[in-house]
Amino acid sequence: MSVPQQLRCCDASGCRSAGGQALRTALEGARDAAGLDAEALTIKPVGCLRLCGSGPLVACDGPGPTQLFGGVAPEHAGALIAASLATSHPSGCDDALAAHRLDLEDPFFALQQPVVLEGCGQANPESIDDALAFGTYAQLHRILQELTPEQVRDEVRRSGLRGRGGAGYPTGLKWDTVALQPSGPRYVVCNADEGDPGAFMDRSVLESDPHRLIEGMAIAAYAVGAERGFVYVRAEYPLAIERLRLALQQARSRHLLGNHIDGTSFNLRLEVRVGAGAYVCGEETALLLSIQGQRGMPQPRPPFPAQSGLWGAPTLINNVETFTAVPAILRQGGDWYAAIGTEHSKGTKVFALSGAVVNTGLVEVPMGTPLRTVVEVIGGGVPDGSPIKAVQTGGPSGGCIPAQRLDTPVDYESLLELGSMMGSGGMVVMGESTSMPEVARHFMGFSVNESCGKCVPCRAGTVQLAQLLDRFVERRATPADMERLDALCQMVKVTSLCGLGQSAPNPVLSTLRWFRHEYEAACREPAACVAAGGVER
Amino acid sequence: MSVVTLSVNGQDVAVPAGASLLEATRAAEANVPTLCHLEGLTPVSACRLCLVEVEGSGKLLPACSTAAAEGMVVHTHTPQLREVRRMTVELIFAEGNHVCAVCVANTHCELQDMAVTVGMDHSRFPYQYPQRSVDASHPQFTLDHNRCILCTRCVRVCDEIEGAHVWDIGSRGGQCHIVAGLDEPWGQVQACTSCGKCVDVCPTGALFRNSDTTAEKQPNTTLPALLRTAREQRRWHNQ
Amino acid sequence: MPPSPPAAKLRLATVWLAGCSGCHMSFLDLDEFLFDLAEKVDVVFSPVGTDVKIYPENVDIALVEGAVANVDNLELALQLRQRTALVISFGDCAVTANVPGLRNLLDGGHDSAKAVLERGYLELADATGQLPFAPGIVPELLPRVLPLHEVIPVDLYLPGCPPSAERIREAITPLLAGERPVQEGSAMLRFG
Repeated sequence: MSVPQQLRCCDASGCRSAGGQALRTALEGARDAAGLDAEALTIKPVGCLRLCGSGPLVACDGPGPTQLFGGVAPEHAGALIAASLATSHPSGCDDALAAHRLDLEDPFFALQQPVVLEGCGQANPESIDDALAFGTYAQLHRILQELTPEQVRDEVRRSGLRGRGGAGYPTGLKWDTVALQPSGPRYVVCNADEGDPGAFMDRSVLESDPHRLIEGMAIAAYAVGAERGFVYVRAEYPLAIERLRLALQQARSRHLLGNHIDGTSFNLRLEVRVGAGAYVCGEETALLLSIQGQRGMPQPRPPFPAQSGLWGAPTLINNVETFTAVPAILRQGGDWYAAIGTEHSKGTKVFALSGAVVNTGLVEVPMGTPLRTVVEVIGGGVPDGSPIKAVQTGGPSGGCIPAQRLDTPVDYESLLELGSMMGSGGMVVMGESTSMPEVARHFMGFSVNESCGKCVPCRAGTVQLAQLLDRFVERRATPADMERLDALCQMVKVTSLCGLGQSAPNPVLSTLRWFRHEYEAACREPAACVAAGGVER
Repeated sequence: MSVVTLSVNGQDVAVPAGASLLEATRAAEANVPTLCHLEGLTPVSACRLCLVEVEGSGKLLPACSTAAAEGMVVHTHTPQLREVRRMTVELIFAEGNHVCAVCVANTHCELQDMAVTVGMDHSRFPYQYPQRSVDASHPQFTLDHNRCILCTRCVRVCDEIEGAHVWDIGSRGGQCHIVAGLDEPWGQVQACTSCGKCVDVCPTGALFRNSDTTAEKQPNTTLPALLRTAREQRRWHNQ
Repeated sequence: MPPSPPAAKLRLATVWLAGCSGCHMSFLDLDEFLFDLAEKVDVVFSPVGTDVKIYPENVDIALVEGAVANVDNLELALQLRQRTALVISFGDCAVTANVPGLRNLLDGGHDSAKAVLERGYLELADATGQLPFAPGIVPELLPRVLPLHEVIPVDLYLPGCPPSAERIREAITPLLAGERPVQEGSAMLRFG
């Protein structure tokens, strides 16, 4: 395959905030100055090129091997154009630019296995032609012509795909449950209300490859018999919303959405619904209420949305990453996907790596990859070379995994066993100076602010937990506070109505489990507290 | 009528299919405490006091909104349940401004009763003393947010029984509060029919008649069930 | 638990912190039971029973009425804890801070002392209003009013505003026999 001579400039939020758009304008100017036109050297905006921490990123394709540059200032545009034209490198690259060259052989890139992200950084997210050229919608065409809904579901079931929103429910089973409900209207819903601090996988996919998500949702709708669907995106993702809306419009104009898609009897209407800033709307029952225009508050389950969701109809609700994995599964086959990963956690998982780590960005690796490989080899460890203290996964619902457990394979069960959870894929690396009670307090503060207020343990319990944690952080806790902390965490965990409340104590429980000595060190005798004025709170 | 049989605290009970777990526990006279639940209103599972243990379910289930199922083995007063119920009531007391001695609902308050039921002799959690307001704009009734426990009975009775939907919930988390109309003073909400159902079903002294003073509130919580049954079964005196 | 009887009479104290003294009035409502009580206990410290000003050593049981609202309350609470075997939070003010605690609603609870003084002595006063200031004579208010158990460990809680004489008797009687009362049901537990 001949590689077109082109510059792919990352135009996702991360690189945009690092000045990506100015760089692209400068590159276009430099190209014109070099007397070239767009034919000779294409400069196209693309989605995420992964290493977000080194943005703005530019990938140069052909004639030699692809080169990647990061943190390039607009004044280096000329040199970059020259480098991209050079037939051999690095000789064609001046010294100033050489410092910005990123090694594509580095484990950060080499150990990744893109499935969900395969189109990210390749296609122009605002061009359906580019997406089509990259093969998007090919599987939708194929299944509409060749496969029955049962066959599609069978393929997804065989892939062993599990929900990527965090809970890990088997996707095929969920699709079957919806499909097998009594006949009547049904819906597909994409949960793109990615609210965990440190998680930006779904945003990157929406900004980078929206057409693939649409294709995945359309396949799902066909498989479960839905004719209407919604993508629920948080309002804090303006670029994602803009691109998704554009992509939906383009797909409609190409008759990839709408009535009689591909000349078949399959109809599908997809709409974007924008959240209003409530984290709890990422909880599926609250999300569905929000789509209906009601207050987003979790409801008791059962009934599950698969039985009774939007307007009482069976509703399939999956996360962005889950839907986006579907086209590749149908292309390569469920067995191919099931061969990746571990026995119970199949396929690949996208992680958003951040915190005290050299390489900040998006990582897609096979399930079961040891955590150490992700954070030390791919992530490059702590910038100053000091040891990692812990890795936080799963955001405010997850926990901290201590350094001594870094060899744990990353899969749903292993992380749960360690008192954390897969969550949506945020992974925050913590260095040795991190105080664990402070981490716990930070996340508890998040849960206090984001509790919907419906049930007592989450509404009032998290407030008390946050205050108890204050006492540890400010080193005025007593041994009795420790007992209360343990008991209240347990209580909130077992009595809260929805998953958010039930998992809100996890950051405390996991740090209590692995770093209890830090809490103990913050305890004083009660009398000492009184003497120090602790009683005045 | 099909029937499901299940075991509650070792006692076999039979209830009509479709009955809730709460009805099943009542058939066994198990005295599962409830606070947000009220017969005749849609259950919301918000107070978490009616959580019970169902063998094999792996988690505690709210009796009010869980359907009784054939063969369930239910425990209603395990040591864990007693402990979490007491903590729940402590949390409710601590998050509001509940001063029984000077409350209009003193001696007729379901929260006050609940403290006795769960054996709460004090709160292990510090009282929060939140800044809350009193809405005395209605000519007949007053809403004292200090005493509100967000059970949403008023919201539901107004919506489901009276059909006026004057009440709803505003804000979130610990800032949650009952709002009248579009978060207006109650007295200005034209949808309010002044029927007083919300006052009657309020479990605490949050909603009360202006004529009542300390310990004088006399709630009537049987109304929603009566009205709902009458409507559903068309049992009116003149028919 | 108190030491076992009957070698010597139990040493009983009743303490009045920030409360209305209603619990003590209820205590006096024990009427003829007070005679029975007097046979079994020595009242070694009490606003209604002795004229002792210093909290004595080796007290067996203390009924503590009232919340902890000022520095004198705090000092006495800490002192009585050190000198008493069994401390009872006596009535709603000791158990929950109750009515005295309502001042915690002022100023977001950060420094309700300042807020309540300004409200009482300046805002509601005539033109000559001034804040009281008599160090060593009038005890300083704590920033927050606290229930007793947030200051010292408490062994038994006797809620009620006030706890009825009956409830007090039901709680004290087993204690005199060296047993713990059963704190259950509306008769023993109800707030208000």
